[in-house]
Amino acid sequence: MAKPFSEIGNDAIQSKGWLAAHKWLILRRVSQLGVLALFLLGPLAGIWIIKGNLSSSLLFDTVPMTEPVVFLQMLATGLVPATDAIIGVAIVAGFYFLVGGRVFCSWVCPVNMITDAAHWLRERLGIRGGARFSRNLRYWMLGMVLLLSAVTGTMAYEMFNPVSILHRGIIFGVGLAWSVVIAIFLFDFLVAKRGWCTHLCPMGGLYSVIGRYSLLKIAADKREACNDCMDCFIVCPEPQVIKPALKGAKKGLSPVILASECTNCGRCIDVCSEDVFSFGTRFNKYEKLGSEIGSAQKV
Amino acid sequence: MSEATENKPTNAARTMSRRQFLADTARTACGVGLLGLGIGVYSDRAGALPANALRPPGAKPEEDFLAACTRCGLCVRDCPYDMLHLGKMGDDVPLGTPYFFAREAGCEMCEDIPCVPVCPTGALDHDLTNINDSRMGLAVVSDEETCIAFLGLRCEVCFNICPIRGEAITLDKKHNERTGKHSLFIPTVHSEACTGCGKCEEACILDEAAIRVLPNHLVQGKLQAHYRKGWEEKAKAGEALVTPDTEHRYNLPEGMRYEHAGEGLIMDDADASKSDAINILNRGFGD
Ligand code: SF4
Ligand code: SF4
Ligand code: SF4
Ligand code: SF4
Ligand code: SF4
Repeated sequence: MAKPFSEIGNDAIQSKGWLAAHKWLILRRVSQLGVLALFLLGPLAGIWIIKGNLSSSLLFDTVPMTEPVVFLQMLATGLVPATDAIIGVAIVAGFYFLVGGRVFCSWVCPVNMITDAAHWLRERLGIRGGARFSRNLRYWMLGMVLLLSAVTGTMAYEMFNPVSILHRGIIFGVGLAWSVVIAIFLFDFLVAKRGWCTHLCPMGGLYSVIGRYSLLKIAADKREACNDCMDCFIVCPEPQVIKPALKGAKKGLSPVILASECTNCGRCIDVCSEDVFSFGTRFNKYEKLGSEIGSAQKV
Repeated sequence: MSEATENKPTNAARTMSRRQFLADTARTACGVGLLGLGIGVYSDRAGALPANALRPPGAKPEEDFLAACTRCGLCVRDCPYDMLHLGKMGDDVPLGTPYFFAREAGCEMCEDIPCVPVCPTGALDHDLTNINDSRMGLAVVSDEETCIAFLGLRCEVCFNICPIRGEAITLDKKHNERTGKHSLFIPTVHSEACTGCGKCEEACILDEAAIRVLPNHLVQGKLQAHYRKGWEEKAKAGEALVTPDTEHRYNLPEGMRYEHAGEGLIMDDADASKSDAINILNRGFGD
């Protein structure tokens, strides 16, 4: 049972080769850094493909984008947002509605690289214990953030939000933003395992809600091949989402990972030596199993 | 709450777990509430704009501005003069919001105001289409002891640099009491024209500017609503509204009158050669 963390994924590396066993991880990092690079191309090289930062931006000087948590805070203050913000949030929310809300977390958010690194180090050093939070805390946090805007009449959480602070810091000048990086890293490293992204971040909470019925989903379609190595559970930032899909055959549950907290990171695909998981739509295999299973699987 | 305290005899374990659930929920709510309180207090403290920081043109009143601005920096990017900044962590301004310091670099008052239409949220009001209507702040001559115009020297740098030259700042001619024979050219700001662009403060030649541009609410007075300016009311009504002006009588020489509305002494026969003091006096004695 207690396989050392350093050996997680070794089976997959052996059977598929290192590259294939890190494919989605590498693509994800490329995407995360690529998004940052796109934003930096303007200020550093004068090539303005995208302007602004994650909170609001302008693509090719025409397509507005606005981040949904920021937008909801604006609404909560009682302000009527301008058209660009409304169009912008529709574009962003629409995109994540299709591909899965937490694709933002695993493919875009710069904080994810920090919390992933903290988790990796924590596991490598075998640090145990610390604070435990409910995974639902993020939804409470989201409620608190919106309530705070309603009460203070300002976007109070934006004074604190590590995602926007870090991203803006990288694009517009760091100031003391590195202190936020260190704080988040130390929190996840020492205080709580996967503390921030899996338990606390209200943005992760809202993106889970947005992507609840997303088209793009991971499925354990070859779940009969699972050899119970448990590697996927160890690498998954939200391991609770895997079980119904991977182990639910007897209960007649769909192999599609339908839980909204799945970040579509694909790490489970990487580490599985038996190629149990793959990307698909929420409907693949789902319909084949019959409608009564479909209704039993409502998450 | 009442449901949990009422004993449900059916299933003790269920009651326990429900109690547990309620206790957990209460604890979570308290914890998150406390955190929220902390963030609220912190953001309130750290959310105040220092007096010398000015918002971009068209910015909504500060409270609404902080509700609307997503801190995206699009306004900063579209300013061709790079004089707007986004508050960095550790800066004295509300985190991530756009501002400028007049003394460092004022707003050049671009005719097309590129910083405003790009704002996605309306934190910068899109209704602002004429830059002269913007009110980023208000200039004040804050130190008459060092402004060299008050010392009797010719400066007028602020007057000349002002993008709405001659309207936002005028030079008022005053008598130089010290020398007894020279004039002072005193820069005087007019709030009905000053946009608060900050160019005057930026340009002031002193080591520390004697003219400052500050947010309007910090510098602008407001007369009580019941005040009526007699001279304005009189002009509006075409006559004095209180006691009618008595006809003033001066023992003036023939051909001269006195006008109370400001013109002063008038000579009907205003011949330049006759209008100097000697001539006037002489005339009084009948030539
Ligand atoms: S949970 Fe929050 S911090 Fe973590 S990746 Fe998602 S948005 Fe970023
Ligand atoms: S189930 Fe797979 S794709 Fe979803 S979060 Fe876990 S590891 Fe990532
Ligand atoms: S009016 Fe011009 S100079 Fe002034 S803030 Fe806007 S873009 Fe910059
Ligand atoms: S463009 Fe508007 S929302 Fe963005 S930073 Fe400037 S004022 Fe704020
Ligand atoms: S701030 Fe100064 S330069 Fe700008 S309009 Fe006012 S008086 Fe003129």
